[in-house]
Amino acid sequence: MEYLKLLGIVIIVLGFAFKWDTVAVVVIAALATGLLAGMDIPTLLTTLGQSFVQNRVVSLFFLTLPMIGLVESHGLKEVAVNGIQKMKSLTASRILNLYLIVRELGGVFGISLSGQVQFVRPLITPMVTAAAEVKRPLTEKDLDEIKGRSAAVDNFGNFFAQNLFVASGGVLLIVSTMTSLKHPVTGTQIVLYTIPVAVVTLVTVALYNIWFDRRFNDTKEGN
Amino acid sequence: MAQFGNILLTVMYCLIGFLLAIAGIESIKAKDNPAHIGTGLFWLLLAVIFAFGTVIPYAVTGGIIVVIGILALFKQIQVGKIAPVDPKYAATAAKRIGGWVFFPSVVLAIVSIAIAQVKSLGPQAGQVGIGIGAAVSLIVAILLTHAPAKMIYQDSQRMVRSVGSAGILPQLLATLGAVFTAAGVGTLTAKLIANVFPAGNHLLGVILYCVAMAVFTIIMGNAFAAFAVITAAIGIPFVVAQGANPAVVAAIGMTAGYCGTLLTPMAANFNSLPVALLEMHDKMGVIKQQAPIAVFLLLVQIVLMYVLAF
Repeated sequence: MEYLKLLGIVIIVLGFAFKWDTVAVVVIAALATGLLAGMDIPTLLTTLGQSFVQNRVVSLFFLTLPMIGLVESHGLKEVAVNGIQKMKSLTASRILNLYLIVRELGGVFGISLSGQVQFVRPLITPMVTAAAEVKRPLTEKDLDEIKGRSAAVDNFGNFFAQNLFVASGGVLLIVSTMTSLKHPVTGTQIVLYTIPVAVVTLVTVALYNIWFDRRFNDTKEGN
Repeated sequence: MAQFGNILLTVMYCLIGFLLAIAGIESIKAKDNPAHIGTGLFWLLLAVIFAFGTVIPYAVTGGIIVVIGILALFKQIQVGKIAPVDPKYAATAAKRIGGWVFFPSVVLAIVSIAIAQVKSLGPQAGQVGIGIGAAVSLIVAILLTHAPAKMIYQDSQRMVRSVGSAGILPQLLATLGAVFTAAGVGTLTAKLIANVFPAGNHLLGVILYCVAMAVFTIIMGNAFAAFAVITAAIGIPFVVAQGANPAVVAAIGMTAGYCGTLLTPMAANFNSLPVALLEMHDKMGVIKQQAPIAVFLLLVQIVLMYVLAF
């Protein structure tokens, strides 16, 4: 029964859908997949351990936490709030759109940064929150949506502009994959045909953010 | 120099181990958390893996991950109550420091980007950049705030502990992806789809490829992994072999996959990490903000590929 090893995917989909403990779900899915694919237990544990150690790089952001903690306890948010309150014309959408442009320009020049850690948490979210707070008091739900939107804008800018750089990981992967599939393409071609998508993303997300401002223009408090 | 980059990376992992160990010790001491032993154990076990990852046999590390999974399953990993930032202290510091409080963040960005450009550091340049950026920006922050050692310690343990087990999720998912690959899950699913849909119609082929890229990225959490599998299984037979321009198909196929990345909790680095980092209540909050744009862009890309490729 070859198909049994697809159970790992089922576990992941159900686990995330039913909001079970995510760490437990992922570990169980990995064990189930390995066992059903016929790995013996020592092989499975070795695969698990080796992959985890080789992927430590994903958790590098922990190193930035002491600095972020320190500036947070020394008034990062307070300063952002003061600053935005002085610049009344800077609405939430203008901050978000400015950041979107910065992120897409970074993509064009091949500057990849971990925006969520370096910008969204310490800078963009406090600024957008402060800009929205000028209009009316914010509810817990508002705060969550502002955080979600700030993180989303980082992802939009990051994803759809990164292939505009000819030596980016995505472009290199496409070129090598297509070559091995016997339909060779060049990096420059890939960049060229990524431009329409990058432009559509820029325009659509900018309008989406301007729409986001509307909810804070209500003078009365939200639910 | 590339070897120098490797050594720096190892030092950085040891430092992360040190940070996690601090979080572990402080979690055990937080007796008001009913799961304080389990939570402390979780951080200490991780600390060991980060600091000594390449020294310990991989099978033992695998066993440790199973133990962490069991702790999580029995709800023994909990953030608990953590003393928040003192608002009075923050307000006073804000007056004294002013706009310079952003300076360490700017230093982190500039230094990590600058170091990432040092090609001689090898393929790890980007990662070494984040580490050096973090170290330099922390020194700048200490000079700026004149914070005593005790405060640096307190803020570090507060930050790590509040990220909680969500902080380790991206790495666990990357691990799961590797297990999927080792078990041949990707090739099997691709084969299944190729059996169900017949080739021939241009528009249907384009829709099938773009949607499959998005759906497989949703399942695997990684558009790069989906691209290699789905382009071979669907993109070539159903679209390129029907006379489409391969560059258009490949370029837009990849970004169609990114629409899937925007929709899936499996892409934890992008969608779950911010939830932890920003301390959001809604675990799907980032994905909810992304969903309308992701679906719209997927439709746009289907049209673009159909128009430009044929």
